[in-house]
Amino acid sequence: MTAYDEQRLAELVRALPPAPEAWVAAAQELPLVRGRLDDIVAKAEADLAFRDALVANLEETLRLEGYEPETIPLDELRRRLDA
Amino acid sequence: MQLASLPDAQIVARCRRGDEDAWRELVARFSRYVYAICCQAYRLRQEDAEEVFQDVFGRTYEHLERLRSDEAIRPWIGQLTRRLCIDRIRAGSREEITDPAAMPGGADDTMETLDEAFAVHEAMASLSENCREILDRFFARDESYHTIGAALDIPSGTIASRISRCLARLREFMEGRNPAAGTSS
Repeated sequence: MTAYDEQRLAELVRALPPAPEAWVAAAQELPLVRGRLDDIVAKAEADLAFRDALVANLEETLRLEGYEPETIPLDELRRRLDA
Repeated sequence: MQLASLPDAQIVARCRRGDEDAWRELVARFSRYVYAICCQAYRLRQEDAEEVFQDVFGRTYEHLERLRSDEAIRPWIGQLTRRLCIDRIRAGSREEITDPAAMPGGADDTMETLDEAFAVHEAMASLSENCREILDRFFARDESYHTIGAALDIPSGTIASRISRCLARLREFMEGRNPAAGTSS
């Protein structure tokens, strides 16, 4: 038997099943999401009224500004606004 | 040239230049490996595995500028995933009893297998698209002959023989890459 007999190869192919599609898609969207976060934080730093509105009501303010809150990591945004 | 055929170092270099398609390829290339480390080597619960999975790619994205060697992205991602899994288990163990098999010492053998499996999946790139699909669908995705036949528009009665032929080709390729393997008995 060789080190790569067919049964062993089959086991090794089986050992790496695909990750859930939603997890992969979320990780692939990372640069886009980071870009959105940077935009919002930069805008909040330049406009104190906008920053205050975000701190008071994050999701509603984002919606009013045309962002989709469900596409933004809100905990990370809160941390960056607090920093 | 297709991104999927580029070596790791070139994908990393493109990611560093802000190429979003290259980033998507990097995630696709390592997603199974990271997932398997979380779920097989460390046996994390799905919700913990998902958080570690996203954390791994988040940190990879942030650290691309500081990688010492672009070629070493796979071991780097492997080590990062292991460290984050261990952190997650330790954090959880303060609140609840964890499975002893999930602790770091029990993970080394599985990691060896996963590294080998990663090499085999890379080698599958040398096969025809049809062979790659058949092997991946049958073994990694656990699809039935019927499902594979319908998806690839081939008679399901021929799937078993195709699997056998594709495995033989994969074996030839692996033995060609590692001549010592072919001489042992």
